[in-house]
Amino acid sequence: MNAIVLTAIWGVLMMFTGAFAQSKTMPKYLAIAGILLAFVANALELYSGAPFFNIDTQQMLRTGNFNLVFIAVSLAATGLLFLLNGRDFEKIGMHVAEYFALIFFIMCGVAIVATFNTLLLLFLGIEIITIPLFILAGAEKRNLKSNEAALKYFLMGSFSTGIMLMGIAFMYGGNPSGSFSLNHMNIGTDGLNLYLTIGMILLLVAMAFKVSAAPFHFWTPDVYDGAPAIITSFMATVVKIAGFFSFVRLFENAFGAVHAEWQVLIVVMIVATLFIGNITAVFQQSVKRMLAYSSIAQAGFMLIALLALNDMAREGLILYSAGYSIATIGIFSVLIRMSDYTIDGFNGLVKSQPLVAVCAAVFLLSLTGIPLTVGFLSKFWMLSAIVETGKHFWLVVFAVIFAAVSAYYYFRVIQAMFFKPENQEPTYIRVSSGYKAMLVFTALLILLLGVMPYLLIDWLYS
Amino acid sequence: MLGTYFTFPELLIWLPLVAGIAAFFMKNARVVKAWSLIAAVGVVAVSLSGLCYADTSAYPTYNQVSYYWLKYLGNSFHLNLNKTGHLLSLLTALGFLFIFLYSWKEERKKSNHFYGLMLLAQAGIMGVFSAVDALVFYFFWELALIPVYFLCSIWGGEKRIQATFKFFIYTFVGSLLMLTGILYVYYHTQGRIFNDGTQAAHSFALNAFQAANLTPAEQGCLFWLFLAAFGVKMPIFPLHTWQPGAYDQSPTPVTMVLSGIMVKMGLFGLLRWLLPVLPEASAKYADIVIALSIFGIIYASLIALVQDNLKKLVAYSSIAHIGLMSAAIFAKNELSLNGAIVQMFNHGINIIGLWIVIGIIERKTGTKKISELGGLAAKAPALTIFMLVIALANIALPLTNAFVGEFMMFSGLFQYSKWMTAIAGVGIILAAAYTLNMIRNVFYGEVKATVAQITDIQFHEKLVLTIIVLVVLATGVYPQPIIEFISNTPAVQP
Repeated sequence: MNAIVLTAIWGVLMMFTGAFAQSKTMPKYLAIAGILLAFVANALELYSGAPFFNIDTQQMLRTGNFNLVFIAVSLAATGLLFLLNGRDFEKIGMHVAEYFALIFFIMCGVAIVATFNTLLLLFLGIEIITIPLFILAGAEKRNLKSNEAALKYFLMGSFSTGIMLMGIAFMYGGNPSGSFSLNHMNIGTDGLNLYLTIGMILLLVAMAFKVSAAPFHFWTPDVYDGAPAIITSFMATVVKIAGFFSFVRLFENAFGAVHAEWQVLIVVMIVATLFIGNITAVFQQSVKRMLAYSSIAQAGFMLIALLALNDMAREGLILYSAGYSIATIGIFSVLIRMSDYTIDGFNGLVKSQPLVAVCAAVFLLSLTGIPLTVGFLSKFWMLSAIVETGKHFWLVVFAVIFAAVSAYYYFRVIQAMFFKPENQEPTYIRVSSGYKAMLVFTALLILLLGVMPYLLIDWLYS
Repeated sequence: MLGTYFTFPELLIWLPLVAGIAAFFMKNARVVKAWSLIAAVGVVAVSLSGLCYADTSAYPTYNQVSYYWLKYLGNSFHLNLNKTGHLLSLLTALGFLFIFLYSWKEERKKSNHFYGLMLLAQAGIMGVFSAVDALVFYFFWELALIPVYFLCSIWGGEKRIQATFKFFIYTFVGSLLMLTGILYVYYHTQGRIFNDGTQAAHSFALNAFQAANLTPAEQGCLFWLFLAAFGVKMPIFPLHTWQPGAYDQSPTPVTMVLSGIMVKMGLFGLLRWLLPVLPEASAKYADIVIALSIFGIIYASLIALVQDNLKKLVAYSSIAHIGLMSAAIFAKNELSLNGAIVQMFNHGINIIGLWIVIGIIERKTGTKKISELGGLAAKAPALTIFMLVIALANIALPLTNAFVGEFMMFSGLFQYSKWMTAIAGVGIILAAAYTLNMIRNVFYGEVKATVAQITDIQFHEKLVLTIIVLVVLATGVYPQPIIEFISNTPAVQP
């Protein structure tokens, strides 16, 4: 609750800053302050259980520990993004304050999809997230690829929104109590009728679009590649994990009782996503595009939460969201500072920027899932969630084989950075010591959560 | 103090870990070398004194330690050195000491990073030999790999990136398959209650794994998942294809770590994890694995016979030796198991000695091709004498250390199957053929151009080779202490 209200207010505030403030750096500090404020307010709500703003939402929102911890993770990821790359927003275009304002609106949407308890609010939240993203994806107005990305994202996004709306309509018509609320879905007493089945499949397709799970992933590479890198890093992390979180919550609460009937669809999606994402990523020459495909591949692992739907899966979802976001934001922040986005652009980075290269290696090792990083533990949690269900053990073996494939493309960047000679022309722009300190902090965060995951998971049960 | 504040497994891990991290921050190459040497001597001292307290019934607190870690999952940071672990820790400690002595005068770029990564690898290997919690074991298993991957890829030969990456991917796939196996066994274990009252539904502890409730069919599948990790590391045929390239392309000190010490991780994994956790499946599939191992012996020996590359020759010879050890372990009688453990130690010493000699030859002459070498004995008599002793140990001549181990292994294997022993015996003959052939071509005959200008070895090289030769002869003439050390306890011990 706190997060929804504060991010919305702060978004408006940021818009006014754009109109009145002259300083170019002020929006950045204001944005960091806003995220910090929202994070603290959210943490207080988690700690005390009582929000500042006591609004009667007619049970349209649910603010349990699970929801609030997720909001905390996404706010922390956004804050990390601002701290690492706050100044790079200036490179996108003139309207720095507006970019921040749009991101705050998206955060409001994220907080809504994390807490929704009716299908109406789910729809509202998803729309609040996607509409500002259309603008942000096309923020580089003079860049053709950015325009293409925005258009593509808009078309695909509205298409999937239409499907989702139709699914919601079927759900409304199909459930006996005639309600949008997840509390009154009452599915399970007499199974699925025809309307509910259609509604469920439409919702599944729409959500798969949003989280870019195969076979609904086609928009992802072009949009991620075309959008400004800093926006891509936001889309690939905070927005994507929010999509997953709402996906899992929707299907757990609305269709949990008939889990066995749609499980097989999820299995097919996981297999396809892991396969397509990993195999295509192997062939990429651009690191940005490789990361786009790898984000599809990582989505395959996150989908496991939906397959298992047990405590391990819920904990794993939070841990995976945090670990994946931190590592991706970190590696993108390094990428943003390169003048050449190809893998060869990273050649010999360790010689010119040893600290940056070591941190980038930590991020890549975490994405691969090497022990001591949170990436390993989050994959471990997801895999144990499957094994715990006692079914689909073959899927675990399948998933680890594709984890090994992912090592292939992540390690190509490590090889370029550490083992290849430097390029003739330097491809790395000088960085400030403040940025280096933040980068080291980010890498240490990955190692810390990689050794003590309960620092995060314990909050689910406090 | 010992036992209350520190235990042997902890000391063996933390000492190289801390020394390794500190080494990264030293700028001066000489200081780094001295520092690593001191650290290595320290580890040897700890490991040697550990041998005196290895009796777990007399000194229970000295050898094991347990901290809470992911306790809701039934996991704890639990280390426990058994006798095999003690012996292999000593091998690791000695191996790194020899390596640091050997590379005392070698110049290389960024030596602080080199020695730092070496010490980190040592810490990881020590962890593998002492972990008795499956998750901790997996952590160390992977962590030992990462520094070695960087060491090979940065300081290796021309084709280092491809060769090392092949090695990395093979090992990574193997370990991940083992991880799925670990998870499966984990969900079939009993719950666990910690001292502070925390209850976990399942447990990662080794003894819980042993008591896991698995049907024979499940054991059968899990066996291959675990063997994927151990088999790649050892390596046994047909998982060995990464090895010759990786040994050839790695810098010599790292090759010594790989071939002398890290292969023992795989064998140790068999002894401590695979056989106790999946006893029925290991008995059921023993024939297949032994057949593969013995096929590997013959196959690798035949390739070694026609090798022109010295490093690859030793690599293939190592595949053959490891094949015999894995066959002996799967024969699973007391004699063969004890023989394998003794031989694990001896093989480590011998092969490190071989690599040192080959490293010296390669550095002095600039080539590792046997056809370009010849007549070294005339120019470097001291080197030749050392090499002769080590080479004779490599073919397991009586009075050298390897004879003891191989004899025990063959006697054990003979009880298991006469036919297989006979075929494996051919491997010994082939080993004699390729080793002696190599000696003749490299050290005797006419003095080739590459050899004409070289000088004999220096003091630090003489020192390390003398120690190795003394160990080879001492344990060959009087092996009783090692055998007694091992055989008082059941060989396959948790």
